[in-house]
Amino acid sequence: MKNRFQRWIEVLVFILPALILLTIFVIIPAVRTLSLSFLDAEGNFVGLENFAEVLLSNDIVNLSRFPTKSPPWGALLHNVIWIMIHLPTVVILGMVLAVILRDAWGGPVIKAIIFLGMITPMVVGGGIVVFIFDEHSGIVNALLRFVGLEEWVRTWTVYPDTSLLALIIGSIILWTGFSVILYSSGLSTIPQEWYEAAEVDGANSLQKFLHITVPSLKPVTITVVAMTLLWELKVFDLVYAATGGGPGGSSNVLALIMYSLAFRALDPNKSAVIATLMTVLTLAIGLWLARSTNRIQE
Amino acid sequence: MRKKKFTWKKLFTNLTAWISGLVWIIPFMGILMASIRPQRELLHGWWNFSEVTISFDNFANAWYHPTAPIGEGLKNSLIVTIPATILPIIIGTLAAYGLLRLRFFGRGAILVGIVLLLSIPQQMVAVPLFQILLDLKILNTYQGLIITHTAWGIIWITIFMRNYLATLPIEAEEAASLDGASRFQIFTQIVLPLSLPGLASVAALQFTWVWNDFFMALITIYDPSMLVATQRIPLLKGQYSVDWGVLSAASLLVTAIPLMIFVFLQKYYVKGLIGWTSK
Repeated sequence: MKNRFQRWIEVLVFILPALILLTIFVIIPAVRTLSLSFLDAEGNFVGLENFAEVLLSNDIVNLSRFPTKSPPWGALLHNVIWIMIHLPTVVILGMVLAVILRDAWGGPVIKAIIFLGMITPMVVGGGIVVFIFDEHSGIVNALLRFVGLEEWVRTWTVYPDTSLLALIIGSIILWTGFSVILYSSGLSTIPQEWYEAAEVDGANSLQKFLHITVPSLKPVTITVVAMTLLWELKVFDLVYAATGGGPGGSSNVLALIMYSLAFRALDPNKSAVIATLMTVLTLAIGLWLARSTNRIQE
Repeated sequence: MRKKKFTWKKLFTNLTAWISGLVWIIPFMGILMASIRPQRELLHGWWNFSEVTISFDNFANAWYHPTAPIGEGLKNSLIVTIPATILPIIIGTLAAYGLLRLRFFGRGAILVGIVLLLSIPQQMVAVPLFQILLDLKILNTYQGLIITHTAWGIIWITIFMRNYLATLPIEAEEAASLDGASRFQIFTQIVLPLSLPGLASVAALQFTWVWNDFFMALITIYDPSMLVATQRIPLLKGQYSVDWGVLSAASLLVTAIPLMIFVFLQKYYVKGLIGWTSK
């Protein structure tokens, strides 16, 4: 029998390296950021003053422009709009494409093509977005000319009323591979007999999709929604590389504001407010995911 | 012979599938075309094939670019990515095993704590991390970026490997324990060989994520000659007009490495992604 001392040596060998690194490089910095958000530049406690100042600023929510005038509407609203367009599109596209590609000839190849966007570094993704929306070299504008929508032909990323939309559309192309792969693996767990039984009852393809496929994929949908939400809240590289948040802040997002407040405006306290806000939102999503997956497993 | 029969549904399925494939490959096709054809042919659209000149000059120009040579960036990325893949796998797997098999006070709390850290965005640590790296004199060094990635990797790798190890049979470990093997011997000689597929998944994902990282590199490395590959892409965009040829060639070079990882380790990559997200 081993004594207590030996047991603790074992624990230290296995756990301690991880705990030390996590403490120094994740936990301490995170706690410091939290405390920075309640301090002023001299280090005095100011309560929620920073929060009030930052959250009420036009950089975060600009109600004098939203929704009647063109962006900038503020980074928080841009993230919200991003979520409202990107999330349902990615979920629906992912599910439908997974079903279609399962049955189509050459499905695995097309899946790999769609997944390219997930392999590409997001800074490269940013370049791709600028390129496809370029006035002369971009295929989107060629299509718009072709269908006669001349008033929309432009370099989308350099105009305030289209830059955010271009990024959102681009991010759909880049991110759909994620949901397709997850839904594809989810599909393979649905028993074939369910479909056969439904066919015996005379169900058509649409009915089978709505009454068997969609409900069976619910656990996958929860995961896709949570992971996509986390990505949408933290989106940074893509925006930095494509527009830098511009023009005039019209495509700014929370992560970018956090970065420019900290490393350009050199205001760590206000930057900490944004970081804390982002963390509250992502933690809420994380907890929701943990709770939902536990409930399904039970 | 039901499978061979023509149906409208099959036609619709295949047509939709192939149109989707086309839609998704077009952006990458554009980058490929822009990298191998001169700028003047792009101005009327790369899909215009009336005049096609193919040259690989853009790749050479990107590789030896005067302000942001991508060749140097790829080298730097490898210097960072290889240790930042190996170290967190070792440390994270050790922790995963310890949290799964060893019984000690505070185990549950540590596990819950690490799960909570999963949801924290990198933005939450950025400013104090900068200060800590400065205090430790490893700001603007590869060691600083490697240790940052290692710490972040440990979070997800510990959870992933803990779940993975929990699926392995415990009997072999118990038998070895009765034969008098130490915990560490059991870990290296029995557990590690059994967990190779899981480790391959972890390696594929961690390598890709570190390689593709931009945010952590942006705040820790600023010496122009030390910038990693992803940091150089925005620099190649230029101030006023974009040189699409050089930017596209550089983009392809940077993407080539994670693409190869995906192609060669596809099975592990996809398994890891699915196992990771759906536990």
